[in-house]
Amino acid sequence: MPEITYREAIHDAMVEEMRRDPSVFLIGEDIGTYGGAFGVSQGMLEEFGPERVVETPIAELGITGAAAGAAMVGMRPIAEMMFSDFVLLAMEALANQAAKARFMFGGKATVPMVLRLPGGSGTGAAAQHSQSLESLLIHIPGIKVVMPSTPYDAKGLLISAIRDQNPVCFVEHKLLYKSKGEVPEGEYTIPIGVGEIKRPGTDLTVVSTGIMLHRCLSVADRLAQEGLEVEVLDPRTLRPLDTEMITASVKKTGKLLVVHEAVKTGGWAGEVIASVSESDAFNYLDAPMRRLAGKDVPIPYNRLLEEAAVPQEADIEAEMRALLTNQY
Amino acid sequence: MTEQIPFDNQATDNFLEKADSLGLDNARLVEMLKTMLRIRLFEEKANELYALGKVHGTMHLSAGQEATAVGTGFAVRKGDYLINHHRGHGHFIASGADLEKMMAEFLGKDTGYCRGRGGSMHIADVTSNNLGANGIVGGSLQLAVGVGLAAKMRKEDRIVLTLFGDGASNEGIFHESLNMAKIYDLPILYICENNQYGMSASVNRVSARTPFKYRAEAYNIPGYYVDGNDVLAVYEFAKRGAEHARGGQGPFFIEFATYRYFGHSKSDRNLYRSKEEIDSWRTHRDPIIRFEGNLKDAGVIAGEEAKVMEQEVVKEIDAAVKFAEESPEPDVATLEDFVYA
Repeated sequence: MPEITYREAIHDAMVEEMRRDPSVFLIGEDIGTYGGAFGVSQGMLEEFGPERVVETPIAELGITGAAAGAAMVGMRPIAEMMFSDFVLLAMEALANQAAKARFMFGGKATVPMVLRLPGGSGTGAAAQHSQSLESLLIHIPGIKVVMPSTPYDAKGLLISAIRDQNPVCFVEHKLLYKSKGEVPEGEYTIPIGVGEIKRPGTDLTVVSTGIMLHRCLSVADRLAQEGLEVEVLDPRTLRPLDTEMITASVKKTGKLLVVHEAVKTGGWAGEVIASVSESDAFNYLDAPMRRLAGKDVPIPYNRLLEEAAVPQEADIEAEMRALLTNQY
Repeated sequence: MTEQIPFDNQATDNFLEKADSLGLDNARLVEMLKTMLRIRLFEEKANELYALGKVHGTMHLSAGQEATAVGTGFAVRKGDYLINHHRGHGHFIASGADLEKMMAEFLGKDTGYCRGRGGSMHIADVTSNNLGANGIVGGSLQLAVGVGLAAKMRKEDRIVLTLFGDGASNEGIFHESLNMAKIYDLPILYICENNQYGMSASVNRVSARTPFKYRAEAYNIPGYYVDGNDVLAVYEFAKRGAEHARGGQGPFFIEFATYRYFGHSKSDRNLYRSKEEIDSWRTHRDPIIRFEGNLKDAGVIAGEEAKVMEQEVVKEIDAAVKFAEESPEPDVATLEDFVYA
């Protein structure tokens, strides 16, 4: 299988879907000649023209509202926020319009749109260009939130998101754009709401996604050399959440750690842990369930401070070891 | 600051000649009056049902603004997109709403347009390109650009009738929407229904410069300021705007000056305006009294015809109320339906 980058996987998904379906179009800032702030849409203006690669003014509410409106009349827009932070300017269109239209209108509307959101820290872009806002998004019924961690997942999930009949927030991690992975050529889909066991294990369940998943996997590999078998799960979708996969794993390992970059308070780890608490998997627990998440601070500029604000491999390793050695 | 500038519509000496020049025959004129009556009486009935506790929540009545609803509604075609605002009962009725489904929605019934999930503020009929009333001031302005893009991409012979008010004209999205509509030259007919108050905020107190047509001009969009209580003038400009947009010339903007008789919503005690002001509009500028007078003077209707028309409308509304009252409530077991497709 050919290896391509996460960025190319997202690009390919968009291009293939636009070739297949004339109702799919891309809308956002600097997505044309510039190729998108992170280069994801390079070459798309040349192939599809300005009617289907709609370059906009800097108007995030306008972009997202336009996507919602176009979707309500049968188009399948892919809207790009240059940075996921800017979705805060667009929350009105996303949360009050796109998410609610179908329900408010008694099931008579569909809003098949994708909102692509490059998020996460680690680029030195500081507080307004580094947030992980996915936890905020999952609180809104009517939208789905997808967060791929590999090129393979990114392509398959984006194709599914484009074909989905609902508004889907597609959270990309900026640090992953250059990461490579095997991706088959041509079309395939990964169902939204279905997670994957990225690494099987028996001693501890770790749930993570995005860049944090890679850190967890790397720590898990190291621990395996000591005979400690960590099972690493990637829910891939945060809403709807694959609770079945998680509870099944917890029943097997008896221990749960959730790792995410989003700040801890109100973060989606709480949702994962609550869902296990409410399930019969609770009875199988041998230790308190733990969260390792971003600190409750805005992302700082200074490199050392920035790193300290979100979980690093050393933090993850310490937390995994503590759970594995029954220190809680 | 507010500029006291005249309306862009011209007063007419010969009503029938004017109507004729706009392609409105007598039957159409009568239908326009009847639709205005239908809106007024429907809302009065809804208000009555609210007082009886049968309408839940709140309502934003448009009484006094019937000419803008009917003038614009009659100037667009079936199949054109309609994106409404929160005070949009009149526009929906003018576009041909089924009164039974509408009243059923007001009563929260399963037979309503939105199966009781939306109510008056979110009433929609997406299957007929009516994208709904909107509870967010400026909501219609957000959606309009996307609908316009879709219409243009698919080369449809459809325009986007986009309704909003003076309040929405001070939202940031107003500027994003107009700017985007113009840079893509989208087939959007922007109708700013200036009823003088955003809740309690007098338009002149909260707007740096009025009329709003200047803001349209700032985006290189033709903008007009028109007497919104003169249904013929409304129709004339809306038709011109619809032709402009349909003809591929891009967006068109009309501000209609009008007045709402009732409060903003049901909690409004009208503390911010005088009874004299309301009475003055009701007595001297009421769009229905005025149009009915025009039709009588021109000999289009005579004697008791208006009364008969009113009685017919009352019957329609009574039937709608009966249908709504006899309709079932939504099944609570279906609460979580329609969140996702």
